[in-house]
Amino acid sequence: MAVENVNFAAASRKALQDPQLRANFRRAMDGLVTKRAAQFADAKEWNGVRTLAASVRTRALAKLPELLEQLEANLTRNGIQVHWASTTDEANAIVLDIMRRNGATLAVKGKSMVSEEMHLNAFLEEHDIEVVEADLGEYIVQLDREMPSHIIMPAIHKNTKQIAQLFREKIKDAKYTEDVGELTDLARRVLRRKFATAGVGMSGVNVAVAETGTLCLVENEGNGRMCTTVPPVHIAFMGIEKVVEKLEDVAPILSILPRSATAQPITTYFNMISSPRKPGEKDGPREIHVVILDNGRSSIYEDEELRNTLRCIRCGACMNHCPVYTQVGGHAYQAPYPGPIGKILIPQIEGLERRGEMPHACTMCNACVEICPVKIPIVEIMGRLRTEAVKKGGHVKGAGARASAREDAAWKGWAAMYSSPLAYRMASALMAKLGNAAPASLPLLKEWTSARVKPRFAGRTLHEMARKKGIPDA
Amino acid sequence: MSTAPATTGTGTGTIPRPDTVYYFGTCLVDLFYPDAGMAGIELLQAQGLRVVFPQGQSCCGQPAYNCGHRDESRKVARAQLDLFPEDWPIVVPSGSCAGMMKTHYPDLFKGDPDRAKAEKVAGRVWELTQFLVQVLDVKLEDKGEPVRVTWHASCHSQREMGVRDEPKALLRQLGNVELVELTRERECCGFGGTFAVRHPEISAAMVGDKMSDIEGTGASTVVSGDCGCLLNITGALEAAGKPVRGTHIAEFLKERTSGR
Repeated sequence: MAVENVNFAAASRKALQDPQLRANFRRAMDGLVTKRAAQFADAKEWNGVRTLAASVRTRALAKLPELLEQLEANLTRNGIQVHWASTTDEANAIVLDIMRRNGATLAVKGKSMVSEEMHLNAFLEEHDIEVVEADLGEYIVQLDREMPSHIIMPAIHKNTKQIAQLFREKIKDAKYTEDVGELTDLARRVLRRKFATAGVGMSGVNVAVAETGTLCLVENEGNGRMCTTVPPVHIAFMGIEKVVEKLEDVAPILSILPRSATAQPITTYFNMISSPRKPGEKDGPREIHVVILDNGRSSIYEDEELRNTLRCIRCGACMNHCPVYTQVGGHAYQAPYPGPIGKILIPQIEGLERRGEMPHACTMCNACVEICPVKIPIVEIMGRLRTEAVKKGGHVKGAGARASAREDAAWKGWAAMYSSPLAYRMASALMAKLGNAAPASLPLLKEWTSARVKPRFAGRTLHEMARKKGIPDA
Repeated sequence: MSTAPATTGTGTGTIPRPDTVYYFGTCLVDLFYPDAGMAGIELLQAQGLRVVFPQGQSCCGQPAYNCGHRDESRKVARAQLDLFPEDWPIVVPSGSCAGMMKTHYPDLFKGDPDRAKAEKVAGRVWELTQFLVQVLDVKLEDKGEPVRVTWHASCHSQREMGVRDEPKALLRQLGNVELVELTRERECCGFGGTFAVRHPEISAAMVGDKMSDIEGTGASTVVSGDCGCLLNITGALEAAGKPVRGTHIAEFLKERTSGR
């Protein structure tokens, strides 16, 4: 469902009032951080594989237009049909058309964040087509009509009890159980029937290899393999940035992605899809389509600094390490991509008028930058977007939309004071003496004192103390 | 010689011991923690260094930079560039301000006639504890009473300046100081400059977790190297009526070694 009124501050306040939600995230993120650290205990190995993965992604982006042409040619040669979509509306229309041509009214779908970006489920439901999420986490959030709260672990905001309750309410004849194995079996039984009857299977793409025309899919539950092999038609979704140049480029990404994402050395399933069913083969879909979505990415690509956003391999580690995400969870962002990568990607896709506040939902602590497996300078881009939001004439859609005359004047005044030694000397002496008299009800102080006492001015400045103590000035 | 190789950031390697250093006190120290600023100067003097404090200094420019007002940030940063004409190291008692100067000045002055000057300043910036350990290899003698403390590592000192073990190594030199580390030592306290007032509830939740972590150590004092974090953490501790006090590492080290 498209979120019309986005308000991170309000949504995060709501999340903070939910102790169960907060406990679920705190526990889950702490666990993921610890487990990931163990996977990369060897700093030298981490630096090596990270440098390699980053270079694979930057090399691919450097040649993106030609790699996409090469990918299309090789996919086509392999019998995979390529569809280009510049907007999510176009992408949705392509999917609907494929489904109608095949007379399909039911689709099963493995995890695909691009399909979330498209709001595909809602779109297809409006056209009387049922889509069933086949990833367990996605299945859970779909049952509760929610959005994923994490790009890798969509239902991480729920604990076992909440899932047990949900299954009992929503799955026919399900009895209440908190046994994880039994809960999984319940979902599996529903999903097996769907796999067997769906006219179309859908999936994301983790990596697309230009030189071979191969779609790679990383997953843990086998649902990805079911979605891409059982139904007669398979539709895959990918953003234009997902391509790499060579088959050998897959290895570094496969080495670093699961360790960063779920702290697994490797996932249970890794699928390499290179063609529909060939004559004489016993399984596999009759048709494979890949929808390659732009949705603002080519505009991001045009700017050399912002382009680094497109390196992302969607591991979700930045979320796991984000102290803000850990407090408020994924739903507060009201976006398919929450957390640090969302804070830089969504404002670029949707524009700063609508999403200009998002880059401010960050303390710039750099925890995400430290662990990003492809070295995206997330915080630098965050700073750039903050600048674009308040300054007209920038690259990003809606640049300058958040400019405020009052804020501009405040910063101009600040700069005038702090750039003149004389003005600063007078003002700081005054603040040191009188600052404590400022009432806590003043703007900014009011917010500050909601959880803290007022900052206490010392009554004298270091400048004065240094002069008194005869500390030389030059 | 202390070994504390930085795993991230830029604070690697060392330089020959200088006779003179510049001291950049930072705006928060100036107004809220001048005693900590002075303690930093005296710690350096105690090592036989001449410390120069240019009176024309004000702020590194970070507040405006982080809010997207780069022209104003540059204006303030530019006013600092001429204060350090000699080739001496610039020591800063704050990882965040040091990080701004060291890692962001080159970018802030990209395409600007003052870029070379900005880079010359950036290349000489040291965070105080990093300088005390890596360059001066200080040996401290504790003259204080037994006390249990914990250490809060600021995000920018860790991840921009590459400060890792240096402050804790200094604390561990103090015989009567028991250092109990936080469970989530590396996690942000929720200050984030204007973040604390733009998103006061999230910031409060973050500093709430930090306070619980601090309390869990049983320490009577939380030591940190950044005044933003200290304003946030001590402000929250005091508002919550907790008895734990917060102090800047420069002031703490000075107190312990001078037997005050």
